[in-house]
Amino acid sequence: MIPLTWEIVARGLTEIGRLLGIIAATVVILETLAYLILYRLLRYKYALPFMLLLPALVGVMLLIIYPFGFNIYLAFSNMNMFRFKDFSVGLSYAVTNFLDVFRLPVLQKVTFFQLLGRTVLWTAVNVTCHVLGGLGLAILLNRPMRGKGIYRTLLVVPWALPQVIAALAWRGEFHYQYGFVNLLLQRMGLSPVQWLSDPKWAFVAVVLVNVWLGIPFMMVVLLGGLQSISQEYYDAAQIDGASGWQQFRSITMPLLKPVLTPAVILGVVWTFNNFNVIYLVTRGGPMEGTDLLVTSMFKAVFEFYRYGFGAAYALVIFVFLFIFSAVYLRLSGGFKGAWE
Amino acid sequence: MMRTASKRRVFRKARGDSPAKRALIHAVLIVACVMAVYPFLRVISVSLRPGSQLLSTNLAFIPPGASFENYRALIFDRDFTIWLWNSLIVSAASVLVGLMLAATAAYAFSRWKFPGRRQGLLFLLTTQMIPAGMLLLPIYIMVVRLKLFNTYTGMAIAYSVGSVPFSTWILKGYYDTIPRELEEAALVDGASPLMAFWRIVIPLSTPALAIAGLFGFMTAWNDYMMARVMLQKANMFTWPVGFQKLMDQFQTAWGQFAAASVLVAIPALALFLYSSKWLVSGMTLGGVKE
Repeated sequence: MIPLTWEIVARGLTEIGRLLGIIAATVVILETLAYLILYRLLRYKYALPFMLLLPALVGVMLLIIYPFGFNIYLAFSNMNMFRFKDFSVGLSYAVTNFLDVFRLPVLQKVTFFQLLGRTVLWTAVNVTCHVLGGLGLAILLNRPMRGKGIYRTLLVVPWALPQVIAALAWRGEFHYQYGFVNLLLQRMGLSPVQWLSDPKWAFVAVVLVNVWLGIPFMMVVLLGGLQSISQEYYDAAQIDGASGWQQFRSITMPLLKPVLTPAVILGVVWTFNNFNVIYLVTRGGPMEGTDLLVTSMFKAVFEFYRYGFGAAYALVIFVFLFIFSAVYLRLSGGFKGAWE
Repeated sequence: MMRTASKRRVFRKARGDSPAKRALIHAVLIVACVMAVYPFLRVISVSLRPGSQLLSTNLAFIPPGASFENYRALIFDRDFTIWLWNSLIVSAASVLVGLMLAATAAYAFSRWKFPGRRQGLLFLLTTQMIPAGMLLLPIYIMVVRLKLFNTYTGMAIAYSVGSVPFSTWILKGYYDTIPRELEEAALVDGASPLMAFWRIVIPLSTPALAIAGLFGFMTAWNDYMMARVMLQKANMFTWPVGFQKLMDQFQTAWGQFAAASVLVAIPALALFLYSSKWLVSGMTLGGVKE
């Protein structure tokens, strides 16, 4: 055990102070240069906004764009654990890396297409349950009643808990002998389930955890959407004799769409990319039975040390996700109105 | 006018639901609440278990022989305080940097229609679609080459830009609601545009800055993946990595893990409940109007 001493605190503060000092100095130098060039030399009309943007631009360049490009470069290399420093780069390596993604098992057993199928299934099941569960609860809560605030507060607890804690706690609760899931099943006269050692049940377990985690977000977002729908529409529909279901289909759903669409896109991207739940609850096991694209990529890189291959694999995943998002945004008119 | 309308609505709705229906709705909501909260109650319960009862099949909320022994062991025999300190300093530094970048960039996006503005905003959205972990490998290699592996500096840099796109969106949305006339008046009085930003816009947008800061802090504070890759030395672990190591010793340290979770989760819960309304409207990019 290492005690937290003043020495450690002081060392940390010094290190961070130095970092902030370096960053501040860099910003000052960059801004002075930008001022001289854009304002004095070019007399550019938009000199000021560009100077305001400059720090963020440099940050995004260094930590998003450059790593992204570097990742592409790595995909053209044969870098791995044994060739960390003296790796070589060439088209032939890229061909091998990208072909390997599709023709060999990504780790030891499961192939890319199996992982893709499983990830799509995972995403579809989760987002469907999130939306249905969230919508159901939002509709129940969207009425004047006693204890509404308490219900709302308690229902968002899964979302409010730090995800790492929730995932690790669930990992313990799926323990065959001592976890509450099996204990409750036994109390109800059912037989306990091998949650973490049977691949099928392990997948059910991670889906259950993620559904539990994701419903509150959808509920809160959709409740906000429901509350913004004016009651007058429903009054008019009632006068015209519309049934509850007809009102839901012709008033609630269309008016909820501007809220639902971005929430679903976010939900899909988050779920597709979910790392914590899988990695912390099952580690992708047993026998790679719960690995998704993202966790297998992480393992290929940081447990199998196949850097070049991992970079190529990451690009393939990105392309899939990007195409999906682009198509969905185009079809649904997604973030219209968010521009101005 | 508004008030009577909403009153009428309350009245009609309340009359519309029969007592049986109302009872059913409450029953469904109570079941849902129990399902939402039960796992965390279990964590609290496990944290109170004495060493002899750690592995037990008892489901009672207060375990027999309940004690705070796990909390004591966690704080005095484990590196718990070090983990919290590491997380705190890294998150605070990254949020400071990230917020400064986002605050100025968002102001430019909000007030000027410069060429490339639309593309810039769209680009910020696109970065959110980069799979978690895709930039992990290149950033890891960069950090190793810069000899910043296992350091606060490396972690703070790695986290700093992550929340900038989201914070920029929130802040831009908020600046848009601040009337330009306020700054124009200041300009007429002879203030420079930067002065107007610093003296008028920044003070007026403290709520949005707080939310963006909170979000950035939470992102870094709760991150597991980056920390798992960047930190190898036990004295550098942030709490998520430390907790995971605790949970690996399930048979002996489950109670301490539970105690640690309670200590970290309760402030997180409080903070979240306090800020959730703003977080949601930020996340859906203004789609939710309340």
